[in-house]
Amino acid sequence: MDLFLLYLELFGTFFLIGLFGFGGGYGMLSLIQTKVVPLWMTTAQFTDIVAISQMTPGPVGINTATYCGYMAVHNNPAGYSEIWAILGSCIATFALVLPSLILMLIIAKMFIKYMKTPMVQSVFTGLRPAVVGLLAAATLLLCNKENFSTPDEDLWQFCISVALFIATFIGTKVYKVNPIHMIAMAGFAGLLLLY
Amino acid sequence: MNYELFKTFSKIGIFTLGGGYAMIPLIEEEVVNKKHWVSKEEFLDLIAIAQSCPGVFAINISIFIGYKLRKIPGAIVTAFGTALPSFLIILMIAMFFHRFEDNPVVAAIFRGIRPAVVALIAVPTFNLARSAKISWTNCWIPIAGALLIWLLGVSPIYIILAAGVGGWAYGKYIKPTE
Repeated sequence: MDLFLLYLELFGTFFLIGLFGFGGGYGMLSLIQTKVVPLWMTTAQFTDIVAISQMTPGPVGINTATYCGYMAVHNNPAGYSEIWAILGSCIATFALVLPSLILMLIIAKMFIKYMKTPMVQSVFTGLRPAVVGLLAAATLLLCNKENFSTPDEDLWQFCISVALFIATFIGTKVYKVNPIHMIAMAGFAGLLLLY
Repeated sequence: MNYELFKTFSKIGIFTLGGGYAMIPLIEEEVVNKKHWVSKEEFLDLIAIAQSCPGVFAINISIFIGYKLRKIPGAIVTAFGTALPSFLIILMIAMFFHRFEDNPVVAAIFRGIRPAVVALIAVPTFNLARSAKISWTNCWIPIAGALLIWLLGVSPIYIILAAGVGGWAYGKYIKPTE
């Protein structure tokens, strides 16, 4: 029964994320994070999921939903077995795709001609800048002590973390280094400096 | 035909690293240049619409193309095809990763990766700001939205709703677009 409720909650959560997730996978991150942390996992676990989602093939949104669905059941104190966690990831992924399917069908069927009307255009003049804010929020929410440590707790790790953040930012933004190479290098730096 | 659609889109799902936007060139190559399912112009329109819609970008494009070719069964097949490879790969990683999570070597690697991932999310924020034409007159919208979510814990859903309604009201009452 509890498991059923958890599935229902997973479905509802990821359906809403699919419905309001403007701006693609990255735009969804703050939405996903505010829903799943700290209810189903820690910020550190969520960041690991995002890292793994970026390193593996496929859309980041799908990867994150699949992983979160698994972890939500796996982390549950009731200790459900693997098979229920797999079902959890099926439900989260399906729920994420479902609104797209419904909306796209409606749009493909009749609304394509309305997409260029002034009314829809003015809705998007508000939405577009807001999505930028959502992405900024995703970054800010992840800037915490679980991901960076703190100067009091571990000054060395904090400094290394900030340095890796700046290096990755400049590397991908200015020098256009491939993000996956950047993750691999940061992981190597972690192994050398933070072991 | 459904099998063909499934095969093409699962191939796109397997071979794209780095998320939805990285998929566009591959989808274009397969769907426009090789299979001639949609024309170049139609494809550009589809991208514009799929970008404005909520949901996973690559899934949205797949659904549009599937629907255009084979109606609802086509849309389901293409969505399934795009999602399935990622789903299976992530599931396998999820099942094994938590066994290594506490391993000191893996833990050290991820202590290095986490700050890098935060930076990788910060970069598209600035790229998106440019394409969304953020200027001095509208930069308060993303700043206010981000602060409300970050400091006050407001759900991003309310920010989206408020921005949509605000944009509509602005266009209707303050500065009607002709």
